[in-house]
Amino acid sequence: MSAIQPPASRVWWKEPIDRVEIIWVVVALLWCLIMFFMMPYWHIFGEQNLANEAYRTTPEAYSKKAQEVVDKYTVRTETDQKIPVVAPPAGSDVYLIARLWSWWPVLELEAGKSYRIHLMSMDWLHGFSLQPENINIEVHPGYDHVITVTPTRAGTYSIICNEYCGVNHHTMLSKLYVK
Amino acid sequence: MAESTRTANLEDEVPEEPVPVMQQLLDNPFLLLFLGIAMPTVLYIVWGVMEIVGVPVGK
Amino acid sequence: MAVNRMFRTCPSSGLVFHEPAEKLMRWNAVVAVVMLLVGGLLAIGVTLTRWQAVHLLPPELFYQVLTAHGLNMLVFWIIFFEMAVLYFAASTLLRCRLATPGMAWLGFWLMVIGALVNNYSVLRGDSSVMFTSYAPMGAHPTFYLGLILFAVGALIACFVFFGTLVVAKNERTYHGSVPLVTFGAITAAIIAVFTIASGAIILIPTFLWSVGLIEHIDSLMYRTVWWAFGHSSQQINVSAHVAVWYAIAAIVFGAKPLSEKVSRTAFLLYILFLQLASAHHLLADPGLTSNWKIFNTSYAMYLAVLASMVHGLTVPGSIEVAQRKKGFTHGLFEWLRKAPWGNPVFSGMFMSLLGFGFLGGISGVMMGTEQLNLIIHNTLYVPGHFHATVVVGTTLAFMSLTYFLIPVLFRRELMFPGLAKWQPYLFGIGMSLFALFMMGAGTLGVPRRHWDISFAGNIFTHEFPGAAWLMMTLMGLSGLVAIVGGGAYLLITVGSVFLGKRIETPGFAHVRAAEGVTREPKPVAVAITSHGGGTGSFAAPGTFVLAMVFLISFVLYYFVNWKYLSTVWPLK
Repeated sequence: MSAIQPPASRVWWKEPIDRVEIIWVVVALLWCLIMFFMMPYWHIFGEQNLANEAYRTTPEAYSKKAQEVVDKYTVRTETDQKIPVVAPPAGSDVYLIARLWSWWPVLELEAGKSYRIHLMSMDWLHGFSLQPENINIEVHPGYDHVITVTPTRAGTYSIICNEYCGVNHHTMLSKLYVK
Repeated sequence: MAESTRTANLEDEVPEEPVPVMQQLLDNPFLLLFLGIAMPTVLYIVWGVMEIVGVPVGK
Repeated sequence: MAVNRMFRTCPSSGLVFHEPAEKLMRWNAVVAVVMLLVGGLLAIGVTLTRWQAVHLLPPELFYQVLTAHGLNMLVFWIIFFEMAVLYFAASTLLRCRLATPGMAWLGFWLMVIGALVNNYSVLRGDSSVMFTSYAPMGAHPTFYLGLILFAVGALIACFVFFGTLVVAKNERTYHGSVPLVTFGAITAAIIAVFTIASGAIILIPTFLWSVGLIEHIDSLMYRTVWWAFGHSSQQINVSAHVAVWYAIAAIVFGAKPLSEKVSRTAFLLYILFLQLASAHHLLADPGLTSNWKIFNTSYAMYLAVLASMVHGLTVPGSIEVAQRKKGFTHGLFEWLRKAPWGNPVFSGMFMSLLGFGFLGGISGVMMGTEQLNLIIHNTLYVPGHFHATVVVGTTLAFMSLTYFLIPVLFRRELMFPGLAKWQPYLFGIGMSLFALFMMGAGTLGVPRRHWDISFAGNIFTHEFPGAAWLMMTLMGLSGLVAIVGGGAYLLITVGSVFLGKRIETPGFAHVRAAEGVTREPKPVAVAITSHGGGTGSFAAPGTFVLAMVFLISFVLYYFVNWKYLSTVWPLK
């Protein structure tokens, strides 16, 4: 009987399975388990993981914190819009605000040092896409998402929004400097 | 519409070996429906919502 | 209400069609193809805009067209077709009457109205929110209302499907277990019920929010519950297209399942675990722990991936066994080389299998790995992946099935048979390349759902590497090839169904059957039907080699990406 007809025998559960088919199932299962355990393995031995650190907060509370950092650590401004460039001390909390349609402020970090970067949106969902490093994180309104990053190479990076956020989504671009 | 009398002349099954439990499960679409809904509801939705609700408030 | 018990037996296939079921299948299939046409026209706009050498549409229109393209393809085309598949797998394969055709028609019309209302909302211009409609980015209330109506209609159709299973059982129209293809359809229907229920849980409150009755929708809650609907809807597709693969193997080759137990257990793993993987959309989100993420994104330790790998062996394996029985025993691959590559029912199905496995499956599992997700989340890699799974996988499989349904269900001769021979290749190869180049561009950081990666006129600048731009051009060109292939399918299908020469069967008549459908006499020599064998050498060695090639590709690609991740800035 073919797959479009009922099985020939009433009890098909007991029909023998070809040995090579069983081998394939076992090999595939082993591969599946390897892939599964890679994830916790990387949490223990790997260096690129999300922190699982997040807080509920309000736009006002978050902006206040962002403003404090900007007030303390701005080194210059860029572009006609006078966007502040902030150079925070290593190990400190840095707040990045995503809003329709910009990132604020611009960060200037040092290679080899770690920073606690906070990501949150003032309005809709946005996507923090750090290029060309290829770090992509979701930015929510109402949730302060914390990641501790350690830039490794000096250079100029871009922060592109890659979560569609309306008609000017493609204009949402900023920079991140690493010295 | 319950039909209990049958006019089609189908051969009745010869008394046969008992069906193994696993096959009985696979032959029961409603039990499978229940499992297929219960599993992701609990493991994905309920567990996920519990975690979201538990996100701490920032200072 | 009188129960319609009229049936006709197809003279070429031997399938028995219940009159109301046949009408429903036809109508659902036709509306499906109309949605595909709409989605396909929209695809032209999307492709020629993302290929920035052309940059056809201005931004607002682009985002509107992209929204409509996603909805018409991912939801309307595919689910209408799946309703036809469900009715076929239940009523036709079980040779019984469809339960409550009246309800099935109610479901159908709700789906039609829902699709129209939703399309209307996007046409208005104020609902360019993409298929995902992430709150708090809101759409017009009719956007959600349309989807809700559509979902209710589809749910009713699923209940008709389950009801038909009960009818078949009660009226004893088949003996023992349902056919494997029907079991695959059951899997799809189960996932569909969960999908729709999840959709209701999230879209009804969102609808109420859009009319001002609810004040606030939490963005994380929305995304989490929405994806239970959003990705599970794609898992319906996986189950359905795997069922279609088995059906085509049976139809074209008379292939028998290698092992009912193995194939059905694989579908069971789908039922239990496939839907968990919606979590892979939330790997880069805050608030959910790695525990939840790892368990769910892995489909529970990748057991559902195991199931796909099993189907990936058993479907071609059964074809190989059937071919070897016919005498194609020379070497490892004569069975494949001498397969009917000129028959679009087969060629499309096999390309669907290869494309779904190699391109879609491998990329999907990679992306769904908690940490690896970081390097491709929301890049063009994502649509690259899902054009391989849903388009080369599901859509191409459905296209192949259509070539069988046109003579058997619609009783029309195939128009443009020469074109039909080439159509699966145009579409399958074009779309596979399209997916590949999208994935390439995504690996280089190109974002998805984005109108201008040159950031022209922006205060800041970003230069994507030249290779990324090359990928986008190649993507545009392959996309056009795929569109031509899609257009060919539409031409052939619409032409044949409406203008094709009717196939006249002398002495054709609908026959009224008493409850149930009389069974055909049992075949005499049952002993010849063996499953697999287990007698020494594997009956399908060529398939085993292909499976190992697949596994090796998988392992290599998987670890290459871990290596890539290890060069990224340390994050914790």
